[in-house]
Amino acid sequence: MGPDMTDPIGIEIRNLYKIFGATPEVYVDAVRDGMTKAELQCEHRHILGLRDINISIAPGSIQVIMGLSGSGKSTLIRHINRLIDPTAGEIIIDGRNVIAMSKDELRDFRRHKTAMVFQKFGLLPHRTVLDNVVYGLEVQGVAETTRKQTAMRWIERVGLKSFEKSYPSQLSGGMQQRVGLARALANDAPILLMDEAYSALDPLIRYDMQTVLLDLQQEVRKTIVFITHDLDEALRIGDRIALLRDGSVIQQGTAQDIVMRPADEYVANFVQHVDRGKVLKVGVVMLPQFDFATLPDVSIDAQASIAEALQQMAGSHLQALRVENSDGQTIGIIPFQTAISAYTGHAGTGR
Amino acid sequence: MDWLISFPQLKNAWLRDLQRVIDEWFRGFTRSYGDIIEGFFSPLQTLMIWFERLLLGMPWPIILLIFAGLAWGASRKISVVIGAVATLVLIGLFGMWNDTMKTISMVLTATFLSIAIGLPVGILMARSERVQKVISPILDIMQTMPSFVYLIPVVMLLGIGRVPGLIAVVIYALPPMIRLTNLGIRQVDPEVLEATDAFGSSSWQKLTKAQLPLALPTIMAGINQTIMMALAMVVIASMIGVQGLGQPVLRAINNQYFTMGLLNGFAIVGIAILFDRISQAWGKRLQKHHGARHD
Repeated sequence: MGPDMTDPIGIEIRNLYKIFGATPEVYVDAVRDGMTKAELQCEHRHILGLRDINISIAPGSIQVIMGLSGSGKSTLIRHINRLIDPTAGEIIIDGRNVIAMSKDELRDFRRHKTAMVFQKFGLLPHRTVLDNVVYGLEVQGVAETTRKQTAMRWIERVGLKSFEKSYPSQLSGGMQQRVGLARALANDAPILLMDEAYSALDPLIRYDMQTVLLDLQQEVRKTIVFITHDLDEALRIGDRIALLRDGSVIQQGTAQDIVMRPADEYVANFVQHVDRGKVLKVGVVMLPQFDFATLPDVSIDAQASIAEALQQMAGSHLQALRVENSDGQTIGIIPFQTAISAYTGHAGTGR
Repeated sequence: MDWLISFPQLKNAWLRDLQRVIDEWFRGFTRSYGDIIEGFFSPLQTLMIWFERLLLGMPWPIILLIFAGLAWGASRKISVVIGAVATLVLIGLFGMWNDTMKTISMVLTATFLSIAIGLPVGILMARSERVQKVISPILDIMQTMPSFVYLIPVVMLLGIGRVPGLIAVVIYALPPMIRLTNLGIRQVDPEVLEATDAFGSSSWQKLTKAQLPLALPTIMAGINQTIMMALAMVVIASMIGVQGLGQPVLRAINNQYFTMGLLNGFAIVGIAILFDRISQAWGKRLQKHHGARHD
């Protein structure tokens, strides 16, 4: 059994609405026509959870959904495996609408297509680490020896070897979340849902766990939906990021898009404290090659951060670097001035 | 002003008629269905007699060993083992061995029956608000209705003996089992249940792999309460012919035999403490890995 048994599959979220209250279906049309969250709440005693969510998640990518508390991000991720039923809309996974599934189909879908990691871990306190990690396979009805083998492999992979007989209460928060991650990965589902999985962890351990996830993703290529309220975390791990506010998506795109071209004041406020030097990539801020008479001798990879470019230029007193793509072709140059402007977030950024 | 002082009650003749009608109906019911109902409960009779004979027929050193083993298995503490053995030895020395065995067999059968009924009912109650709304008041009645009152129909239906006694004990001892099973399951961390849902557990898998094991310490407290309440009913049940430590107490009350009453009373207290320590220690050991998390 290789770790990459299943092919990644994508997720299409279309026109998804969620209204909490006694008779939510009554208000869907009104909300569609523009009734605000405040109006719905004050006049009709219903809470708007999600409004017209459309997100298309590519197979094998990491989609971050980011927002502050109350923005609806945890509600949204729970729609993907239908722990919460929507008021309207559809979610297409592997050609099937999750929202229309029967109870049995849904159970089967949850067993084989998705796995989830929780903010507060959600481990079974009466079971050992090993017995927690086998849980998904046990529910599927996989034979005992097979599931123990699989579980042991993932326990080792997340760095918990020799802890398999411990109980969750004997482990630190970071280690408990490794158990949660191993449990989800042991399921070998193509979709991995992570609901604020690292929010309860200390910053250093959080960084460590992000690295674990990124390394694992190189191996297993899952479609990962990652919920967070931490922008640095979102920018570090997300292939694409959707920003959620009051139940609506206010911007979605790559980390570069969001930092370089915030959609509105709210997003701009959000990104102004970001370490742009680490987030922005040389390939995004460079001057694309047209006809430069002379090219700088020293080159840098397009995927490198501008902080690295600045470091290199400052270290060797260069005014510009040649930018190469992964095949070693020259695709542009990055002058010192351009890099500095992008770094400080002033004029001159963007193409 | 007389009508303000004395409460305007229904006419005496009317009340008399009401009583007569109900009583006659119940007598008729007893006459026509008594045998069927007795037949329905006869397996209980067989079970009780079998269990009583088993305990009485067993050599006393083996019984001491069994209780010592139970005490050790549940608590892993030598003090509990010594306490258990000493209690039984004292009971034997003062000539109450056979009565004690009869009482223990009664209490254990009642507890077994209470678990068999209480566990599923408690589970149902935890799963549905409607069931909870129906069962809660019934439990309140079972716990507060004076036991003598429900002894009347039981005796009318089944006569005097072990089975009516057992039913009376179970009615009294069942509520804590149901209540604490319900409570235990409702207290399970919703986040853990959400995780089991997310992995596609069926409701049976959720019940057996998460809810029941996590509710177990609370359920154990329920079993402990059930045992204690069954023991408390021993004396009352002796009034309708249940043998055991209750009978000498009853005789002592009737004849003012102070010492006899005291000794048998202490024997009841002794086995109550014995069962309490054993079941509590077991509950505590189950709790070892529950709850307590690092944050």
